[in-house]
Amino acid sequence: MRKLLLLVVVMITGVVFAGRLFYLQVLDTSFEKLSENNAIKVEYDYPQRGYVYDRNGELLVSNQPSYDVMVIPREVKPLDTLEFCRLLKISKETFIEKMEKAWIYSPRIPQPLIAQLTKAEYASLSEKMYKFEGFYIQKRSLREYQVDHSANVLGYIREVDERIIKNNPDYIMGELIGKAGIEQAYEDVLRGVKGVKYIQKDRFNRDIGSYKDGIFDTIPERGKDIVLTIDAELQKYGEELFVNKRGGIVAIEPATGEILALVTAPNFDPGLLVGRERSKNFTKLYYDTIAKPLFDRGLQGEYSPGSPFKTLTGLIAMEEGVIDTKERIYCNHGYVYGRGRKLGCHSHYSPLAMTDGIAQSCNAYFCTAYRRAIEKYPTPQEGIDNWKKHLSSFGLGDYMGYDLPSGKKGLIPSSEFYNRWYEYPKYKWYATATISNAIGQGEVNLTPMQMANFTAAIANRGYWYRPHFIKNIKGVDTIPQEYTTRITTTIDPQHFEPVVQGMWDVYNKGTAANLRVPGIEICGKTGTAENFTRIEGQTVQLTDHSTFVAFAPKDNPKIAIAVFVENGYWGSRWAGKIASLMIEKYIKGEITRTDLEKYVLEGSLMEEYEKPLRGRPFPINDGKKISAKFLADLPKEDKPLQ
Amino acid sequence: MPQSKVYLKFDWLTIFLFFALVAIGWVNIYSASLDESATTFFDLSQIYTKQLLFIVLSVLLIIFILAIDAKFYERFSSIIYIVSLLSLLGLFVFGKNINGATSWYGFGAFGLQPSEFAKAATALALAKYCSDLGVNIREFKHQIRAFIIIALPAILIVPQPDPGSALIYAAFIFPLYREGLHFVYLLLGFFAAALFVATLGLGVVWVALGVLLLGALIYLYNLKRNRKKPPLMRYIFIALACIGFAFSVNYIFENVFEQRHRDRFNIVLGKETDAKGIGYNTNQSEIAIGSGGWTGKGWTQGTQTKGNFVPEQHTDYIFSTVGEEWGFLGSLLVVVLFVALIVRILYLAERQKGTFARVYGYSVAAILFIHFFVNVGMVMGLFPTIGIPLPFFSYGGSSLWGFTILLFVFIRLDGGNYYYT
Repeated sequence: MRKLLLLVVVMITGVVFAGRLFYLQVLDTSFEKLSENNAIKVEYDYPQRGYVYDRNGELLVSNQPSYDVMVIPREVKPLDTLEFCRLLKISKETFIEKMEKAWIYSPRIPQPLIAQLTKAEYASLSEKMYKFEGFYIQKRSLREYQVDHSANVLGYIREVDERIIKNNPDYIMGELIGKAGIEQAYEDVLRGVKGVKYIQKDRFNRDIGSYKDGIFDTIPERGKDIVLTIDAELQKYGEELFVNKRGGIVAIEPATGEILALVTAPNFDPGLLVGRERSKNFTKLYYDTIAKPLFDRGLQGEYSPGSPFKTLTGLIAMEEGVIDTKERIYCNHGYVYGRGRKLGCHSHYSPLAMTDGIAQSCNAYFCTAYRRAIEKYPTPQEGIDNWKKHLSSFGLGDYMGYDLPSGKKGLIPSSEFYNRWYEYPKYKWYATATISNAIGQGEVNLTPMQMANFTAAIANRGYWYRPHFIKNIKGVDTIPQEYTTRITTTIDPQHFEPVVQGMWDVYNKGTAANLRVPGIEICGKTGTAENFTRIEGQTVQLTDHSTFVAFAPKDNPKIAIAVFVENGYWGSRWAGKIASLMIEKYIKGEITRTDLEKYVLEGSLMEEYEKPLRGRPFPINDGKKISAKFLADLPKEDKPLQ
Repeated sequence: MPQSKVYLKFDWLTIFLFFALVAIGWVNIYSASLDESATTFFDLSQIYTKQLLFIVLSVLLIIFILAIDAKFYERFSSIIYIVSLLSLLGLFVFGKNINGATSWYGFGAFGLQPSEFAKAATALALAKYCSDLGVNIREFKHQIRAFIIIALPAILIVPQPDPGSALIYAAFIFPLYREGLHFVYLLLGFFAAALFVATLGLGVVWVALGVLLLGALIYLYNLKRNRKKPPLMRYIFIALACIGFAFSVNYIFENVFEQRHRDRFNIVLGKETDAKGIGYNTNQSEIAIGSGGWTGKGWTQGTQTKGNFVPEQHTDYIFSTVGEEWGFLGSLLVVVLFVALIVRILYLAERQKGTFARVYGYSVAAILFIHFFVNVGMVMGLFPTIGIPLPFFSYGGSSLWGFTILLFVFIRLDGGNYYYT
């Protein structure tokens, strides 16, 4: 026993030590990171962000240098606070508050104290920086916008927040990330690769050379330039046409799916979201809940498509074989269905066949066609689902898959939707209950992007490409395959010709006859969509939305366009004019219909938008001209941002 | 008999373990003290070059020790002990103050630390005393004398001040126990240590309450179980002794200890977690070891080591370099080598026929063990920071030679036994 005591104690000690070592070195991995933070300083070298060009090579977005004053709180030594504050142009209170915040975030992680100084501010500061230990200046590159339009397409970059850092270890405090539009969609391409230098430090926090002779160090790699499908001139023109109006334009090149223009109004100058004013300006835009400048109406606005949808109703009816191009259908100022209910129509000659039905936008014709297409099937459920299948093949009722991060699905109702709505099987429902869908009212909702897309599919006579903004990534020279794959609709190509002819007639003898552009064969369709809002709990009808879809030329179309003007009344009043001007601008490069241009540029709908806010009953659909006096009397903050 | 056969009888396994540890130690000292600015390898201002010189000199020392007749050590042990005590006394007059402790004799750039040699001298003296025919360690009279032999150098070392080195003399309780010291002494020692820690950790009031409660419970248990009434006075006496001990510990801690000692205890007892302040050494050392992972960062690649984050890394904290650069496998190897060396010495000690060699061998094993136990435990954050070197590993001539003498005298004794008997 006496012989064994020390032996046993030694053995136990050996086992305990081995266990402790195993715990420290193998089980508990928190020490690995700690050691890295402790002894290794990481310095970043930020590359230039890639430039953005339009389809014609016009530079839209470049870079400007910017300088952040960074702080590592635990390394800050007592300093001449007053001088430092004077150099940074901040108050002492602000400085103390910012330092406290920095300490709370982390004493050892470098973080921006004052972000995005200009070159001039940097110059006066840089020669004095050596006096302030724990602070240093980090150069970054900020965006410099060469244009004052397209903010909704281009997006913006901003400092990463803590949520991003948590989810994405590539980013650290103070770095910039694309937060909307192209900047977000192509963040990985534009960002480039930051260069890293690891520096070994000793316990006094002095640099003692490159870590492992720099074998882990990397040099920065410049972000790749990208070319957009956007035509900057067309985009700019579209935004000009929308001054004092709200709505959106989507223009697509049918042959490729390239998006030529995506206008939303009101918009804002992308330069507002750069530099130290970014946050202030963003807040202002964000809280403008009336004009909603950050709301991209082209992608996010879901509206009743109105009459342009009749083209699809006609196509589906023909594909289902329930109507042909010759059959003429009577219209007696409307479509009468069950128990004397009637869906009204305007005055036109009657009866009409398909092509004239589109040209005259006859409600009765398309209600008949729609009802037949649904009632061809034994149950309305099967009928609706079949109808939805056709529409889905045009990309409707779902995200389009384009390369911007925002958007809405729109709505193409299914049988399930109506079953729930009407509490089937407790109550039955029939095709007539959904009859408004025939003319683009009712439950159907589309975004302007979806309207432009089905117009492009009609222009192509039966196929389309996924709309996209990316034309080329320089240095990669390919774009994702999904944007070059042709998608075919469920409608046989032969059925498109009568519809196209009808749309051509719209321009030549129909609802848009006064919008003809000499020398261009335009096909279009007007639309007028009823819409409602809620004021103090009451549903109130507002002036109709003016919608228009068109493509041109009739053969080998170069552009398909959807225009949507909020509360613009009937289709050709605003949307049709804007569409015609856009088409002329794109195809000819100049405007001959200066009468239209003058009307649109000078016209304003601000009074219309003012009506529901005035707090008293108001007339709708009166089409009154807006006086210049009214505009001048508007309170200042309600003036649209330009 | 030809002389050469003598050498063959030395325990080559122990010698191998010794050189293995010295070699691994030097490799790590090289990394811990590597200075990129050094011009040539043989630059005597570099710590690793000096240590290499110490190792070469220790080899000469080994040859010298092994060449001397084994009987010499037994015969001259008293004189060696007295010389050693005198050298410790002499420090009060001629000592050189380094880092606040007067533990060195200065010879130009080099210093000699007599306390490192006093361990071997004390072990020889104790072995000599125990091997006297008239001495029986079971008797109280002889116990007192043995304790005086052990305590004298410790008492001289404490005021240097070097309480860490003095603490090592507690190791001698193991050879004494082996020679027949009552188990109660070990229990008492252990209980005192437990009370000590409990007092510092929980406070004197809780310890007093705990002792009273425990005493009352044991008393009541015995009252129920035994027919005879247990002696109440004895219980009260023991309880009061315990509480008195706790109070005196508290008094010593608050009034005799310096703040740095208090801080070190507080860190290990979990009372202080301020990583940037007083717990810095231990914290950085744990980080260094913990960041090693399975196989470490590679020789001279430790970031903690390169950045000199662990103070005293080439001396007391050398094990943290092993942990960081060689990982779990490397550290485990070092632990295994130490355990193997100590176990081997114990095995050799047990096979000695004479009491002198056995007690001495046990002392060597116990001293090496306490050094290993306290040092590695400290570096891994298990014990308070007590500044004692890791045998054969830590930088320092005195320490290396002291341990070399300690170990090789035993190897000589072990080898000599076969030859002469």
